[in-house]
Amino acid sequence: MSGYSRNKVALIGNPNSGKSTIFNLLTGLNQKTGNFAGVTVERKAGLCKLPSGKELEILDLPGTYSIYPKSFDEKIVFDILSNPLSEDYPDLVIVVADSSNLKRNLLLFTQLYDLGLPIILVLNMIDVAEKANIFIDSDSFQNLLSNLTIVKMNARKEVGVSELIQKLDAFERNQIIHSPIFSIKKELNGLISEVKHLFNIENDYLALLICHNYKQLHNLSDESKVKIDQILKIFVFDSLKELTHETINRYEKINKIVDKSVKSGEAEKMHKFTVIADKFLTHPVFGYLFLLVSLLLIFQAIFNWAAYPMDAIDWTVSQVNNTIRSQLGTSLWVGLLTDGLISGLGGVIMFIPQITFLFLFISLLEETGYMARVMFLMDQIMKWFGLNGKSIVPLFSSAACAIPAIMSARNINNRKERLLTIFVTPLISCSARIPVYTIIIALCIPSTRIFGLFNIQGLAMMALYAIGFIMALISSLIIKSLIKTEEKSFFILEMPDFKPPKFKNIALSVIEKVKSFVWGAGKIIISISIILWFLSNFSLPGKMEIAEQKVKSKYQTNTDISNELAATRLEASFAGSFGKFIEPAIQPLGFDWKIGIALLTSFAAREVFVGTISTIYSIGDAEDTDTLKQKLANQKDLLTGKPFFNLARGMSILLFYAFALQCMSTLATVANETKSWPFALAQFTYLLLLAYLSSLAVYAILS
Amino acid sequence: MKTIANLTKGEKGIIEGFHESSLSVKFLEMGCIPGSEVEMCCVAPLGSPICIKVCGYHLALRKEEANQITLMEVECPVIHAIK
Repeated sequence: MSGYSRNKVALIGNPNSGKSTIFNLLTGLNQKTGNFAGVTVERKAGLCKLPSGKELEILDLPGTYSIYPKSFDEKIVFDILSNPLSEDYPDLVIVVADSSNLKRNLLLFTQLYDLGLPIILVLNMIDVAEKANIFIDSDSFQNLLSNLTIVKMNARKEVGVSELIQKLDAFERNQIIHSPIFSIKKELNGLISEVKHLFNIENDYLALLICHNYKQLHNLSDESKVKIDQILKIFVFDSLKELTHETINRYEKINKIVDKSVKSGEAEKMHKFTVIADKFLTHPVFGYLFLLVSLLLIFQAIFNWAAYPMDAIDWTVSQVNNTIRSQLGTSLWVGLLTDGLISGLGGVIMFIPQITFLFLFISLLEETGYMARVMFLMDQIMKWFGLNGKSIVPLFSSAACAIPAIMSARNINNRKERLLTIFVTPLISCSARIPVYTIIIALCIPSTRIFGLFNIQGLAMMALYAIGFIMALISSLIIKSLIKTEEKSFFILEMPDFKPPKFKNIALSVIEKVKSFVWGAGKIIISISIILWFLSNFSLPGKMEIAEQKVKSKYQTNTDISNELAATRLEASFAGSFGKFIEPAIQPLGFDWKIGIALLTSFAAREVFVGTISTIYSIGDAEDTDTLKQKLANQKDLLTGKPFFNLARGMSILLFYAFALQCMSTLATVANETKSWPFALAQFTYLLLLAYLSSLAVYAILS
Repeated sequence: MKTIANLTKGEKGIIEGFHESSLSVKFLEMGCIPGSEVEMCCVAPLGSPICIKVCGYHLALRKEEANQITLMEVECPVIHAIK
């Protein structure tokens, strides 16, 4: 190991080969997730401390079946391995192969071997293979190829880890030269040497890969692309034909290796449990029933179970704030600390229980192999709307809360389908909308029964959920045509065997999601929370004082005017000015400036609507909905003298809250997850327009 | 021409090749190699995707993709050598 620089080790392997389990074993909690430069593909890296005291930087590359880049994730792998100047270019590669499916897994290995990279080949899931009567003689395997280190592992049971660490410790960075497994056709020799010369590279196979994929390489200049184009034309290079020839040739070589080093007996029994389970889980009736029950369980967890820790967090935050206020008084700075900063912080921590519960379930589904069955069942339906089979999990979860739901879209590998899922997810009504729905429905929709059975108020609530879901699907159809992608939509998916989940993998996945939410979206949420606090507590100089004086002079000194004062202060604040400023724009929807203020403040969280409305109508802290409802019902429309909250106005508010992205935490999470503010703002604008037009229409029709 | 999509549940076939398709390399890397045996395992309730057994594991693909993989008309025992 040279100097101070840490050696870089890349983990590469097929999906489902147990690559991530090995990554977790090597790095434990020393993991960092980010994104690869310029793209939205998750980059997982970590430190591995070796017994000798050396440290290795381990990079977990996206799972891939070969080095030919087809999907967005696979391009990353190719970009890094084809560019020795890349900061992620590894000194050593650990190739993880599933021993129970050796031939297919070795294809990628032979390609990496031909690239001349130093390799440790991990034959993982050795236990599964041996159960299926597949016995690998790693010594004779090793002897067939030079410069190869093989480690047999059962990563789930942590068998073979110490041997792997020992081999990593013994690794020396040397120049290695060996003959390739696949020999390039003689007719292409001229082409290969021209390309090698052009880019000043040594490796024949790298030159060939550049010929295949030069159009997709980020680090090539347009000038060199034109040059390659010309050379390829001279040599009449047919990429698809050559790729097919190469792959078939590699499989022939792999067959020879496997014939010499693997003894296999009767192999038919291996999928027994999986086959029986699949009969049930992909059954037209029981399959969907089981899926529905699983989704309901997830919903229950984030909707109900998470409520206990959330209440505890809420209680703690208000206790802390009260203590601070009683100790330090109620100055401006105390207000900033309590209502701005600590409340904002509480608003961030509040989401942790939901995120934890959701990802606990999602990683359980992924770990056991059930997620592949979810995609299998849902693909045909979701495909119509441009979504992915996995989109059902975010869409369903967002009925509880959009924040963990949007994060769960990470598990969708296709970029377009992932963005589309994120885009439409906030349209599903979340639990924060319930307080708004409840009070407005109670106010504006009569509590009569139809057919003596169904309460119209209950039906209205159900209709709001349904309309959100339908609008999500319609929007997906509309936006589908707008998101551009080079990726072809196909569904070719390995159905892994069912296996018991590994607790460590689940725990690390949950910890990682919580960390990424708190540090990524958390910062934005706290900032917006402070801005909103400022807007509702400050006014242009003097304005608030004058308004307060007016109220005070109206009443005798001993009457309780705190509610009246709070309303006046809010009216005079910047938020109040904002409400009055946008009044002309929202009047066609039936909203006045008071609702305008609530639209702004409820950007903190939709349920704040109720609090703001009760403040601005001088109701104070209404403890129960009935009192609030009574007082709001008495509000008169100044023009007509009839109740202000009538059916038309109520429906308009309901639709607005059903569609608009009235939630800073969602906006922050989208920006953090997509690493794109333009995307988040486009989504915000689209949903705002949708809300505005729907409210406009419903108010015009009903009034 | 018979393709994987034509197989009935439990029926086996031998892969011959692919229709002119950019997916052929994807099929190859997933282990659908000409000459290897495939077995239709199950069909999703809505008719697509389907699940096949190939190269010793289970692979799901949409019906239109399965239609790209052609099968040999008669089963030829010699072919098993490159399986």
